[in-house]
Amino acid sequence: MPESIPQDSVGLVQPHTLHVDQPLELECGRQLPSCDLVYETYGNLNASASNAVLICHALSGHHHAAGYHSMDEKRPGWWDSCIGPGKPIDTNRFFVVCLNNLGGCHGSSGPTSTNPETGQLWGPDFPMMTVKDWVKSQARLADALGIEQWAAVVGGSLGGMQALQWAIDFPDRLRHAVVIAAAPKLSAQNIAFNEVARQSILTDPNFHGGRYYLHDTYPRQGLILARMVGHITYLSDDAMRMKFGRDLRSGRFHFGFDVEFQVESYLRHQGETFSRNFDANTYLLMTKALDYFDPAREQGGTLEQALERTRCGFLVMSFNSDWRFSPERSREIVNALTHVGRDVSYAEIDTPKGHDAFLLPIPEYVKLLGAYLRRVADEVDADGQ
Amino acid sequence: MANDVQRIREWMPERNDLSLISDWIPRNASVLDLGCGDGALLAYLKANKGVRGYGLEIDQDNLAACFENGVNVIEQDLDNGLDNFQNDRFDYVVMTQALQAVLRPDRILAEMLRVGREAIITFPNFGHWRVRSYLAFKGRMPVSSALPYEWYDTPNIHLCTVNDFETHCRKNDIRIIQREVVNRDHSSSTLPRLLPNLFGEIAIYRVTR
Repeated sequence: MPESIPQDSVGLVQPHTLHVDQPLELECGRQLPSCDLVYETYGNLNASASNAVLICHALSGHHHAAGYHSMDEKRPGWWDSCIGPGKPIDTNRFFVVCLNNLGGCHGSSGPTSTNPETGQLWGPDFPMMTVKDWVKSQARLADALGIEQWAAVVGGSLGGMQALQWAIDFPDRLRHAVVIAAAPKLSAQNIAFNEVARQSILTDPNFHGGRYYLHDTYPRQGLILARMVGHITYLSDDAMRMKFGRDLRSGRFHFGFDVEFQVESYLRHQGETFSRNFDANTYLLMTKALDYFDPAREQGGTLEQALERTRCGFLVMSFNSDWRFSPERSREIVNALTHVGRDVSYAEIDTPKGHDAFLLPIPEYVKLLGAYLRRVADEVDADGQ
Repeated sequence: MANDVQRIREWMPERNDLSLISDWIPRNASVLDLGCGDGALLAYLKANKGVRGYGLEIDQDNLAACFENGVNVIEQDLDNGLDNFQNDRFDYVVMTQALQAVLRPDRILAEMLRVGREAIITFPNFGHWRVRSYLAFKGRMPVSSALPYEWYDTPNIHLCTVNDFETHCRKNDIRIIQREVVNRDHSSSTLPRLLPNLFGEIAIYRVTR
């Protein structure tokens, strides 16, 4: 609980719901006749609606990116380190929008919401979503908010992929794409990790083909395992060594399979917390969306060809200890962009924190992100005059 | 043009070699600037000559400055080469005051002429009389405003003279299109013109294959 709201926080915020009645054609061939999108906004939209920034969330994310829902909330939104007055995504200058993607489990239409056609929970019947579908639904939200062009679309990891897809699918509807700790498509190793996570859920005896809610249960162990394996890939070897080393909880070996090492305790705790707050069907769907992402294939050619369509400026950032989406993966995006002559800048942040670094207040990272977005805000201001 | 040079001088009082370079680069050219610093040259070329391009830089304070200057900058170590750029990708590849600081100046020079039609290079001339007399009379590694480091902390690991550079170009079939050798204050006076290796403090070359 924050005793008082910090000066550089967006403060107390509330989510909103947009009901979209237009049907949404999905890449999988199915259609969502209508849907709800839950979102939050921070800062003020200017008169010409030119200062809006879209924040795209990553795998297990949602709409609550900054600030607090109440004075009882233990922690602020997931990207509070970068969004707020005077922070890199400066709410004194930008109108910031973050939503819960379709298929999510935090309010937007997804497996845990009701299928309006049957009156039942969607569960495993919720259609498979792709990054392209999300971008299309986000454009509906932009329409509803009166935002013709985003000053920037910003995201890390799976969020960065959405920013890239925005640049390809709606070249005129964004000035800048900020793509952090992302990749142009998943490697076989990435997909392999996702598959282990999915199998742990699918093989949990409480999964019941995704209809666990009918049995008043959920695949708790599967979710715990999925998160544990995911979490290992979000941290680096160094980060784990620094955080836990081989420290023992009781100082001696017990020669059994209970928790002995601190790192075991940490992973179990992370997994358990996650399993209480996240829906298994959503996790399956989101990891599949990651696996499917491949704008080059979707354009029927190379990444260069896919990026030929883009018009916006790009900032690409990576972290040198990120082995989930290593700097080399970010460089693939940068190289494709320079080959087709797009405006692109690239920075590689030196940190031992691994993939999760994009959520942390690492000084060099915060400084560079802030410098780029100050320029974006200046451009918007200059255009408004 | 005189006005342009005046402006760039006001902006970059310490770096007058940049104003000379901007004179050599035509409108709407594509430029890769190796070790672009805070992006001053590219920002200037973009605003005044419609130049499109990228800077390469490793210092993150400089990256931040480039971002704020609206310059495309890519974090990249020049010692790892320019593999990520295709042959003939740029009209000009520029490297100011960095040749002496790379691990293999010969390789980077070859790379510059692979990815660019022409290359523009500036470096401090180690053959300048003041450098020579510093070593001759003091018997110590020269320290000057163009070479402001001690021997142990200098980033300049491959210093060369005007004569060294030109010999290298001759041996490697690199054609020198233009040369300016200037003083620290960049008055391009008679003496550096007559005896560049002795009186030129900073050398500026435009070369091609």
